[in-house]
Amino acid sequence: MPLLAVAALAAVTYAFRLAGPLLRDRVTVPPAAQRLLSSAAAVLLVSLAATSALTAGHGFAGWARPAGVLAAGVLAARRAPFPVVVVTAAAVTALLRLGGIR
Amino acid sequence: MRTMKRTTGGRRTSRALLRDVALVCLADGIVGLSFGATAVAGGLPWWLPVAMSLLVFAGGAQFAAVGVVLAGGSPAAAVAAGAVLNTRLFPYGLAVADVTGPAGPPGSPRGRWWVRLLGAHLVTDESVAFALRGDGPAGRRAGFWTCGAALFAAWNVAVLLGAAVGSAVKNTAAFGLDAAFPAVLLALALPTLADRRTRAAAFAGASAAVALTPFLPAGLPVLAGLGGLAAGWRPRRPGRLRGRLPGRLAGRLPGRRPGRSRRGAAG
Repeated sequence: MPLLAVAALAAVTYAFRLAGPLLRDRVTVPPAAQRLLSSAAAVLLVSLAATSALTAGHGFAGWARPAGVLAAGVLAARRAPFPVVVVTAAAVTALLRLGGIR
Repeated sequence: MRTMKRTTGGRRTSRALLRDVALVCLADGIVGLSFGATAVAGGLPWWLPVAMSLLVFAGGAQFAAVGVVLAGGSPAAAVAAGAVLNTRLFPYGLAVADVTGPAGPPGSPRGRWWVRLLGAHLVTDESVAFALRGDGPAGRRAGFWTCGAALFAAWNVAVLLGAAVGSAVKNTAAFGLDAAFPAVLLALALPTLADRRTRAAAFAGASAAVALTPFLPAGLPVLAGLGGLAAGWRPRRPGRLRGRLPGRLAGRLPGRRPGRSRRGAAG
């Protein structure tokens, strides 16, 4: 992956980031649309969490990773601190793999 | 931050905010460590994940792009995967546009333009989540900038460390580091899921995204998940749907709601 590819991805990413604030100056967003956008952000977060937990490439990621994420999710729902949540995810996944479960 | 030293109540809030931001930075630090380690262990030069983290600064896209390259994909495919994944930053930017610029009354002259440019670079899943959790305009602003700035520092230091680790440790999957990123996203999203409609939309969207992953190019399934909004959103006209199906039941049946299709709402 050449540096040029990194620069291209950076430029596209920054354009997406800047487009929101720039367009927001020119158009007023009604409260209903604002609520919808907040909802959209939450939907994207959860969709990204689900796909990155369950899939690798175009297939299933195996059982170890989703199990680790699920354990972390239970802890997060019980308001455990963030680092505990993340370390649990990695630890459960690593232990399952150590036990031969992919 | 100007907004953080107003009242005693505000100070208490800001201390809680700093603690939460520190915890997110620590958690994302582990993810950044895993990114740097995965990339270098896969055979990429150490400076590549480091440059990417400074310039792109979006964990999901970085993982996606490096994943494509390590799986044998072309640089163009890697850029496309990362770029498509980052299209979500556009709705994010719209959602937090009120706080990414300099403070001041709305409609005041442009303000310091570089603050606006800098703020845009700090739009991430995490900083947006903190902005949305913030109380009132001042709370939103404090959440966004505190999280954005701290995370930028933490993420880049962690990726640099990870790149060093990656050249020493080869099998990073054995440490379960790939589970760190989805765990962070899930923990971030949970507070916003207290709202029933958002929860229904998120569940429908995530199901669709996972189901579509085998068939769509990397990055697109997550965007398709936005269609889940149709399951959680309904027009604010009381009484119109209520006669046909109890509201609570309607909320449990994503995609099968009576009345006109709301799929257009996703765009």
